[in-house]
Amino acid sequence: MEESLEQILELSLTLLMLGGAVCACVFKDLLNAVIAAAFVSLMAAILFYFLQAPDVAMAEASIGAALTTAIFVIAIKKTKRVEEE
Amino acid sequence: MHIAGMIAIGIGVLFLFLGSFGIVRLPDVYNRLQAGTKCTTFGCLFAVLGVGIVEPAWFWKALLVSLFVLLTNPISNHALGRAAKKSGVPLWDGSVVDKSRDFPSYANTEKL
Amino acid sequence: MIVSIFLLVIGAAIVLCLIRLIKGPTATDRAVALDTVTTVTTALLVILALVFKRYIYLDVALVYAVLMFIGSVAIARFLEKGI
Repeated sequence: MEESLEQILELSLTLLMLGGAVCACVFKDLLNAVIAAAFVSLMAAILFYFLQAPDVAMAEASIGAALTTAIFVIAIKKTKRVEEE
Repeated sequence: MHIAGMIAIGIGVLFLFLGSFGIVRLPDVYNRLQAGTKCTTFGCLFAVLGVGIVEPAWFWKALLVSLFVLLTNPISNHALGRAAKKSGVPLWDGSVVDKSRDFPSYANTEKL
Repeated sequence: MIVSIFLLVIGAAIVLCLIRLIKGPTATDRAVALDTVTTVTTALLVILALVFKRYIYLDVALVYAVLMFIGSVAIARFLEKGI
């Protein structure tokens, strides 16, 4: 693969991560924030994969996107869902 | 072999793009679930098996990946559709028929 | 050469899912967008393994395909009040 295309894809992945992270900070409903955080974790896994680190990508995929989402959802279930000012 | 695999990957990628386009364009949750389930499962199957055709030594592991996609993707989407119906997400205004209230486990969901 | 076109089309698909994840009126819309982007990502990882020509990279896609439905199922069980 050419050098320029690789750089373009890495840059766009970083921008997508940034968009998801801004969403996770802005949303008031905490379930939506958890979903946006899972999106950020997914994009981080693809970025690790691009940087030739498949083992880190595997750990990020399994822990960051599956387990963390489930644990956050259980925490929201035990507290309250909507953030207040 | 190489050309056939590339054609299969092309078909799969086209279906993945159409599924994502349906996610943006369709009007309510249930229509979006349809686009997000059928199109993307088919596209992912074709893309993964196309990679298995291009590199014949990889075929069995590609088949395993596609088998797991075929098992797990409908499970999660079915759970999401059931949760949307039970948590009271309204149907689109142009919807024609809603048969779900005939079933006993949905009988106490409110009229949408 | 043609593989780069495939990668760009898949990138466009991820951008469309991000648009729905930002706009979506209810939480279920956003969960559907996340589930779609998971499936698109699995295909992207397999095609990238073809680009890099490494057999071992398929394992990451395998882990994705096995584990990714746990998050969606947890969100769905929460939405129907029954976890």
